[in-house]
Amino acid sequence: MITQLFSDIAGLWEKYSTVYLTGIANTLILATTATLIGCIIGFFCGILQTIPCGPNEKLLKRIFLKILRILIRAYVEVFRGTPMILQAVFIYYGMPYFFDVSFKNIWTVSIIVVSINTGAYMAESVRGGIMSIDPGQFEGAKAIGMNHWQTMLYVILPQTLRNIMPQIGNNYIINVKDTSVMFIIGFSDFFAVHKMVSGAVFKYFPSAFLEMGGYLCLTLLASFLLRKLEKKLAGKSNYELVTDDSLVMTAGTYSYPAEGSPFDEINKDYKGGKS
Amino acid sequence: MSEHILEVRHLSKTFGTHAVLKDIDFTVDKGDVTTIIGASGSGKSTLLRCINLLETLTTGEILFHGQDVTKGRINASSYRAKVGMVFQSFNLFNNLTVLSNCMIGQQKVLKIPKEEAHKRALFYLSKVGMAPYINARPDQISGGQKQRVAIARALAMEPEVLLFDEPTSALDPEMVGEVLDVMKSLAQKDNMTMLVVTHEMSFAKEVSTHVVYMADGLIEEEGDPARIFTNPESQRTRDFLKRILQS
Repeated sequence: MITQLFSDIAGLWEKYSTVYLTGIANTLILATTATLIGCIIGFFCGILQTIPCGPNEKLLKRIFLKILRILIRAYVEVFRGTPMILQAVFIYYGMPYFFDVSFKNIWTVSIIVVSINTGAYMAESVRGGIMSIDPGQFEGAKAIGMNHWQTMLYVILPQTLRNIMPQIGNNYIINVKDTSVMFIIGFSDFFAVHKMVSGAVFKYFPSAFLEMGGYLCLTLLASFLLRKLEKKLAGKSNYELVTDDSLVMTAGTYSYPAEGSPFDEINKDYKGGKS
Repeated sequence: MSEHILEVRHLSKTFGTHAVLKDIDFTVDKGDVTTIIGASGSGKSTLLRCINLLETLTTGEILFHGQDVTKGRINASSYRAKVGMVFQSFNLFNNLTVLSNCMIGQQKVLKIPKEEAHKRALFYLSKVGMAPYINARPDQISGGQKQRVAIARALAMEPEVLLFDEPTSALDPEMVGEVLDVMKSLAQKDNMTMLVVTHEMSFAKEVSTHVVYMADGLIEEEGDPARIFTNPESQRTRDFLKRILQS
């Protein structure tokens, strides 16, 4: 029995390996592109949602920000709260009613659908990531005169990115698997290949077996690479002292710390109550 | 009389129904080293945070070279670039190295070219004795070192006034000296205009040119440190100093 199974799989692979591999490539390209775009959408929403909206701002700006927040909220709820397979159908068949476009290019639609779906999840992850950053980081940036965008871009988001890397990894792996629903609009990903091949040669189980193994390999590889990336983002664990820079040696260093502090004595004074 | 750098007029701040600051008036002139002392909860830190617009005032105004900076908030960022702040909890940017911490503000806010910013950052890091550590990240250095980097970061913006919010309160006792030394040098060698909220009475007494004693959101007494510390007018000031100098 087992030998029969493996010989069937081998037979499938021999005949259709290029088709399977193209499917894998398509899946990976779609998942990677859409996750990246989704992250950008998420970070963008994160920045927009955290624009300070205090009572000191101009009324018009406050109204604008309120509306913006409601729009982002609606976007998140709609795309997080409906199945992606339905979103794909909805957009693919819906767009021609409103715009003069025929979505000949399945790639474009697929990337759009998966990106905005991922973006909705990422917007929440980024928001959580920003909330987890110490408020002191915002104050430190404000105190040297940075505006909201500068604060976000150079200080907060790099730290947020590090914190939400596990969530991005989650989303990526979910996307590798869930892009399979795009077969509904005719996208030929890895899973679509299964439907096609098994339909042609009636070897459902061997093909499914191959697909299971294939997807598992992809996701395992993805989580391995994501771990590596996470480590890289954490930065080096040690640093080198710089003592040979001419500027370092010539600039007027204060007499730290060898001579001892004049405050030591004074401290003793009032602590010991000698005076 | 010369123009004041900073002038606080009728400043008050309430959190809900709790009035933290009540009608504060005071001025800072060039070269002043003003220390604000007082018990915890007297509003010292809130006052400093109001001056840097980290808190919104309830009423009153803050004049910087005669211009009100509280209205409209249009100039908040450029005003903050000219008024440096050093925090109790350092607030160094955790994602950047010591060097980048001192360069980012110059490059992004003041639009100074990279080489110039690098030079300036090194100069000020040397001043605080932290130049050898330029490649370290904030979580790799000690509290005293962090605070000295934070001072260098503020100095690198070449501000007109430097605000210190209890700069030594979060430090281990043996690290307090190194930070106070740097502050003392700034005051005495560089004539930096400084406004310091502190519990270090020695610093207030020896280094500052002006002492403000706050109690319950009001300025109870202010004046020359020699006089405040030897012969305070107010009974509350006397009690406070007695209590803190004895402990």
